[in-house]
Amino acid sequence: MSTKTVASVASSDLIGRAAIDAFKKLSPKTLAKNPVIFVTEVVAALVTLLFVRDLMTGNPVLFIGQITAWLWFTVLFANFAEAIAEGRGRAQADSLRTARTDTLAKRLLRADDRTLWSKGSALDLAVGDHVLVEAGDLIPGDGEIVEGIASVNEAAVTGESAPVIREAGGDRSGVTGGTTVLSDWIVVRITAAPGSSFLDRMIALVEGAERQKTPNEIALTILLVGLTLIFMIAVVTLSGLAAYSGAAVSVPILVALLVTLIPTTIGGLLSAIGIAGMDRLIRFNVMAMSGRAVEAAGDVDTLLLDKTGTITFGNRMAAEIIAMPGVAEAVAAEAALLASLSDDTAEGKSIVKLVAERYGVATPGTRPDGAAFIDFSAATRLSGVDIGARRIRKGAVDAVRRFVAKGRASVAEQPAFAQAVERIARSGGTPLGLAEDGRLLGVIHLKDVVKPDIKARFAELRRMGIRTVMVTGDNPVTAAAIASEAGVDDFIAEATPQDKLAYIRAEQAKGRLVAMCGDGTNDAPALAQADVGVAMQSGTQAAREAGNMVDLDSDPTKLIEIVGIGKQLLMTRGSLTTFSIANDVAKYFAIIPALFVTAIPELGVLNVMSLATPESAILSAVIFNALIIIGLIPLALRGVPYRAVDAASVLSRNLAVYGLGGLIVPFVGIKIIDMTIAALGLA
Amino acid sequence: MTFVGWLQIVLVFGLVLAAAAPLGAYMAKVYAGERTVLTPVLAPAERLLYRAAGVDPAREQGWLGYTLGMLVFNAAGFALLFSILRLQDILPLNPQGFGAVAPDLAFNTAVSFVTNTNWQNYSGESTLSHFSQMAGLTVQNFLSAATGLALAIAFVRAFSRSGATTVGHVFADITRSTLYILLPLALVTALVQVSLGTPQTLDGSVVLTTLEGGQQTLAMGPVASQIAIKQLGTNGGGFFNANAAHPFENPNALSNMLTIWQMLVVSTALVFAFGRLVGDRRQGRAILAVTGLLLVTAVGLCYLAESAGTPMLAAAGLDPAGGNMEGKEVRFGIAMSALFAAVTTGLSDGAVNAMHASFTPLGGMVPMVLIQLGEILPGGVGSGLYGMLVVAILAVFVAGLMVGRTPEYLGKKIEAKEVKMAMLAILVLPTAILGFSAVSAVIPAGLAGPGNGGPHGLSEILYAYSSAAGNNGSAFGSLSGNTPWYNTTLALAMLLGRFAFIVPVMAIAGSLVAKPKLAASSGTFPTHGPLFVGLLVGIILILGGLQFFPALALGPIAEHVQMQAGALY
Repeated sequence: MSTKTVASVASSDLIGRAAIDAFKKLSPKTLAKNPVIFVTEVVAALVTLLFVRDLMTGNPVLFIGQITAWLWFTVLFANFAEAIAEGRGRAQADSLRTARTDTLAKRLLRADDRTLWSKGSALDLAVGDHVLVEAGDLIPGDGEIVEGIASVNEAAVTGESAPVIREAGGDRSGVTGGTTVLSDWIVVRITAAPGSSFLDRMIALVEGAERQKTPNEIALTILLVGLTLIFMIAVVTLSGLAAYSGAAVSVPILVALLVTLIPTTIGGLLSAIGIAGMDRLIRFNVMAMSGRAVEAAGDVDTLLLDKTGTITFGNRMAAEIIAMPGVAEAVAAEAALLASLSDDTAEGKSIVKLVAERYGVATPGTRPDGAAFIDFSAATRLSGVDIGARRIRKGAVDAVRRFVAKGRASVAEQPAFAQAVERIARSGGTPLGLAEDGRLLGVIHLKDVVKPDIKARFAELRRMGIRTVMVTGDNPVTAAAIASEAGVDDFIAEATPQDKLAYIRAEQAKGRLVAMCGDGTNDAPALAQADVGVAMQSGTQAAREAGNMVDLDSDPTKLIEIVGIGKQLLMTRGSLTTFSIANDVAKYFAIIPALFVTAIPELGVLNVMSLATPESAILSAVIFNALIIIGLIPLALRGVPYRAVDAASVLSRNLAVYGLGGLIVPFVGIKIIDMTIAALGLA
Repeated sequence: MTFVGWLQIVLVFGLVLAAAAPLGAYMAKVYAGERTVLTPVLAPAERLLYRAAGVDPAREQGWLGYTLGMLVFNAAGFALLFSILRLQDILPLNPQGFGAVAPDLAFNTAVSFVTNTNWQNYSGESTLSHFSQMAGLTVQNFLSAATGLALAIAFVRAFSRSGATTVGHVFADITRSTLYILLPLALVTALVQVSLGTPQTLDGSVVLTTLEGGQQTLAMGPVASQIAIKQLGTNGGGFFNANAAHPFENPNALSNMLTIWQMLVVSTALVFAFGRLVGDRRQGRAILAVTGLLLVTAVGLCYLAESAGTPMLAAAGLDPAGGNMEGKEVRFGIAMSALFAAVTTGLSDGAVNAMHASFTPLGGMVPMVLIQLGEILPGGVGSGLYGMLVVAILAVFVAGLMVGRTPEYLGKKIEAKEVKMAMLAILVLPTAILGFSAVSAVIPAGLAGPGNGGPHGLSEILYAYSSAAGNNGSAFGSLSGNTPWYNTTLALAMLLGRFAFIVPVMAIAGSLVAKPKLAASSGTFPTHGPLFVGLLVGIILILGGLQFFPALALGPIAEHVQMQAGALY
């Protein structure tokens, strides 16, 4: 699944298939879901009957024939827009389906005995069954590992081919049906019945089969129905008013007026916009479990972001080494280097790197002779090296203190040590003591390094009116320091799952919408409470079920982009609605003079576009109305350009482009079409 | 157009603003139940009324209870007024000895005054007794205005409250509107009107001998007390048939300015009160800016069209600088007539000091369009505000999406329910206006109405139903409306325009009041700046224009272009 490449708006294959689907969608039963286009179809059918009547009676049919054709084109173009949006998802669904082919499952007869199993179809599994999955097997269904550890290739779902480790217990116990175990074995308790697995849901989502109108889409549809009713009243009553004025208007022309006035543009593109919005998320490797969640993402006021991995790089890194008075900086640096040589943790490596870069002490190519490395243990909380008689240690401050005190019965600690420790702690860092034998050499400053571009992004979010809240297990002092460095608006220190939940509830009580991401089972309540809960694909099954989105890349930073995608979806809808309504002004100036100019020649002054003839004016408006749907499909699928600025600037820009543009474009378009029609002698 | 003309217009608007700001602050206090200057005097009376009616104002109602209470109250008001009109021959205070009012006319009149329309298919001085005018019409002038105010306040509470279930108590709001706002204003301004020459007497007509020796009957009565509330409550039903063009109702330039001021002051003050009640006065000022921009433009257009006159007047040898004075009072002139016409229709007043039918086609189109835009500039007392807020909700919904959030207005999310109800409300005007007009334009009973042919006749029909459905009450000259067809259909249009609009609007209030009030952020669509003002102006014009442009093209626009070509009707 090549999710990362953004396919061009449509390939020729896709267009061909969508064109066929456009005709299939003419079925009134399907169209009834789209009231505006349904009305268009009904009146198109009516005019077709009149066209046939004229054909039989030998009346001139050139004009009515063209009107009929373009009315049907209007309906077809709207169907085509929807079909092309659906088509893009279908290709992805097909590739997902290959992973869902009927797999064999080794169902355990007893949950605690992995030697006794019977082979059966994965489709026969029930929730609660235990299955054994060994190297080379496809995992038969969604579930939770209860025993064992394995490396799993999840490319079928995530598109990422590097294997991931899945193990029982902890936050990485969830597995997805359709993924492959590469090594070792696991026992999985099945948590989803066949047909309702994650993969099944994904397929349904990308295909748009489960697509239901979202709340905002429903509201917009109601507005469009209301506008359609208003124009039906305006057009129907016009026949009476026109009769009074001796300017009786024929039915095809009234229909033409109606269809150009009702919001066919947005009506035709509305579902394509929704499908494309979901599609953008899927291409971004995020599965939204409902369209409602995507909309909610656009509304988010508060983002809860985990510190580790989102705001800071995952690991603490050495930032400086403070030597004690009387200890040469180079000596302290060398000691730190020696103590870290065999330390494979990210922190240890960062000390080696710092010493080399800052203090110019080269890492010895080989291990010093006679060096005995002491690994870190939870009991001593120290690590280091013994080289001959030299015993060098680094570790937790109190552990280092004890190590030094052991050497000599009582020694007054240098005040500089305590000061350095205090300073580091207050700045949000972690102090590591460094000692050789009975002597304190210095303090290593380990620091959470804030990602370089994150502050700018938070500033961007603030401009958009979104508050960022950092969630961390650190103590309040550390948390405050990192929070101010990263520029978040608030932080939750020493955060427990209950704290997160309470914070979300408090924000919601203030009328704010909250988004968060999480992966652990203990995140589940908060994920469920949040308006937008993004679960990591690498997380537990409980977390993935509690959230309303799943990030297949397991990258918590993406929360920020998800908000952008949600906003873009709503912006596209609003912009095209505005454009559609603004279009009507020009259409009136095309059609109204054309309707009455025969009976009241003086009304010709309203023909501001000086369109050639009444017939060409009406035809041009109808043609423009149909073509604009096709013209706007790329915009509907791509979404309107989105930039992270405050609401007022977004509004003034979109109002200028789509509001003012919507007023002007049709004047130009109708005039051009009219000139073409006149040149071709079509009316 | 003259400098002096504009100076008068600016002066009136200035006086309105100067009074509306403090009055708005006072009204906000009244509706919040806070203590005001008048509390010591009026509170005992208020309590007495509650006790007499068995009402506990502290027990607030949900939107449905509020709306039903209002409907029952208005139905009772209708029954009372209808009975008074039908029985006026046997009721007291009938010095001229008028007979009972005919059933269809009584129906039309009762509906007209209960709905705050004051469409008058009767001639006051020759049809109605003093009792009918005072105990019937004037009472409804107060109560229909108070009803509008109460509804508007209930709607505003939907925005100011968060997660609540009730919107207020309808009888308490009506009582407070009448007692604390309308009565004191009416009392004071009626006395000013008397001092300017408007009669206030219970005597009948006076017969006198003219200079030529002929006999003339001067109708008189309790005029000042009725016309004060007629204007303050944007009712518009005059004591005399000639309405504010009659020298007793509107004796001079000063009284003319006073009546225009009276029309505007309560509705404008309500917009200020709205800003205070929702806790953000900028929101009120934005609405006021929309109103001011559109209303002043309308006044200007009307003034321009009337000052320009017509080619026919010029051809007849009249000084083109004189403009079109046909149907206007010389003591008011063109500027004050244009201002009056625009204000009486921008509001839902319907009083007239000049004959709109005699305006030039475009000058006459201005009041018609103002009614069709929904009479929200600033609109009838109460009805103008909730009408404007419904349009604002739609504007916010469409444009608000463009900022990438579920649209909110004043901290309340606008969702399917609100949009549905707002669209239902918006549909009422075109249905009633265009529906009845189209039928009347083709059936004999309808075609019998217009006094002129051609596009002007169509304008007369269109104006009549616009005026009725918009609860305006002004008439476009020579339509003979006192027929069973027009009496009935106009009454239906009035009922639809008032109540079919109110029920969905109150449903919106019920839905909004239950929602939590969201905190605004820089991601929220701002509804107080120039951008929103421009947007709302655009939506009002486009929404109204799209509905009525075809009809207007056949009426006033056709008449105008034909007049330019030399054809008259």
